[in-house]
Amino acid sequence: MKMSNTSSVLEFKSSTFFTPILILFSNEIAAIEQTLQDKISLAPDFFKNSPLIIDVRELNKSALEVNVAEIVDMLRMIGLFPIGLRGGNEQQNKQAQKLSIPVDAGRDIENNLAVQEQNQQKAPDKHSAESTAVEDVGTQEKTAETAVSKTLDATEKSAPQAVPVRAMIIAQPVRSGQRIYAQGDLVVMSQVSAGAEIMAEGNIHVYNTLRGRALAGVQGNTSARIFCLDLQAELVSIAGDYKTSEHMTKQLQKKPVQVYLQDHALIIKEIA
Amino acid sequence: MARIIVVTSGKGGVGKTTTSAAIAMGLARRGFKTAVIDFDVGLRNLDLIMGCERRVVYDFINVINGEASLNQALIRDKNCNLLYILPASQTRDKDALTLEGVGRILEELSKDFKYIVCDSPAGIEKGANLALYYADDAFVVTNPEVSSVRDSDRMLGILASKSRRAELDEEPIKEYLLLTRYDPNRVRSGEMLGLDDVQDILSLQLLGIIPESKSVLTASNAGIPVILDEKSEAGQAYEDVVARYLGEDRPHRFIDDKKGFFRKLFGGRS
Repeated sequence: MKMSNTSSVLEFKSSTFFTPILILFSNEIAAIEQTLQDKISLAPDFFKNSPLIIDVRELNKSALEVNVAEIVDMLRMIGLFPIGLRGGNEQQNKQAQKLSIPVDAGRDIENNLAVQEQNQQKAPDKHSAESTAVEDVGTQEKTAETAVSKTLDATEKSAPQAVPVRAMIIAQPVRSGQRIYAQGDLVVMSQVSAGAEIMAEGNIHVYNTLRGRALAGVQGNTSARIFCLDLQAELVSIAGDYKTSEHMTKQLQKKPVQVYLQDHALIIKEIA
Repeated sequence: MARIIVVTSGKGGVGKTTTSAAIAMGLARRGFKTAVIDFDVGLRNLDLIMGCERRVVYDFINVINGEASLNQALIRDKNCNLLYILPASQTRDKDALTLEGVGRILEELSKDFKYIVCDSPAGIEKGANLALYYADDAFVVTNPEVSSVRDSDRMLGILASKSRRAELDEEPIKEYLLLTRYDPNRVRSGEMLGLDDVQDILSLQLLGIIPESKSVLTASNAGIPVILDEKSEAGQAYEDVVARYLGEDRPHRFIDDKKGFFRKLFGGRS
């Protein structure tokens, strides 16, 4: 990312960071603390000063009383940095905000991606001060994300992030044997050679010839799409459903197309 | 500081060593002190093409291991006194090469030479990776057929990701295309890929097209770089390549069959 020339004093950026989410199933502070201490003793360096988002949805579902202040105090005591609250009710959210902890309103996150995205876009504006802090601490954790989700968060597949994922833009040709993986959308400005593989959790755009393999929605996003200006692909796939070049209509070869899923069928359609 | 050129392709038998010998000779004849290094440890060939096989005493591996000095191992070419050859070892294999050792030798050569040409072995293993690692420029040698083009494409991916310049996030290696063993007749009849087909996939700056020519084999067998055969089309094509690399603007030749009707009729071939 290059510095913008609008201001030399500050600039606003949006980034994605991996943060562990602590899902609570019990409201007994002592029990939580004991379990956490046990986990931390397994990997003390990893947890040292780790930012954390507290998820109290399960507690509220089972109508268990939560004292947010108490939990936050306890977490800080054992060397963790709670930086957000998720799934709290009105009273809990107020408590959190008093402690300068951002709140994610989190309306039914798993079922409604659109709502989630809207919330995420709002979040940085409301709490810009805190989000800077997240950036600083969060980067260190990036590489260890998988480990965290295993130890802390086994029930949840992909943790919703605090900020939407940026698109990855590739300007160089993607050569045979190269692999590219984007966590959001992937935009390739140059050609993708036969024997190359491009993958994205979101959409894929290729503004040139696509000869290699393109796999969109690799984490299961069935609404992901592939767009390319010149289809000569070896294979295209959306969320695991794929077609090889052998099974693509000849008329679509070398045409600008989009690829998407409709009623579990992979559709390749010319962009008129 | 020397400019380090790697001559590479992925695929074997496309003309890497012929090209290395020709361009090293071409650069030296233009007055630049040039060294050409054979990275094909275990399958030493460059000395044969350069006609110095009977003068090999020490080799690249001896220098890396500190068993000989660089000056002891470098062989001065008999046709051009600004050209030196560093032969590969025939008795060792690629594992004898080390990143640190190669770097040390290239650095030492850089003090004294203007150009260093690294003749890469085929494949994408250690020898090839070390030959390209320190490069500033890459000559990608490709034959007009699908598997050679695919392998060159793969090599370009490696040049873009596994070189020192890529690792240090410096300006990337400058990549040039050399299309060798090109036969306009066979392109026209559809037996061979044309320049456009190759460029469709590789889209590189074209340094030259080397036509298929008997003079290449003759020169190799005689141990004289083909660029010295000024009458041959291949020799002239390599001369053009060197000129273009040094910034001269020369129109591309040998793309189309320019033979006259009568020569074609009577089957004249160069």
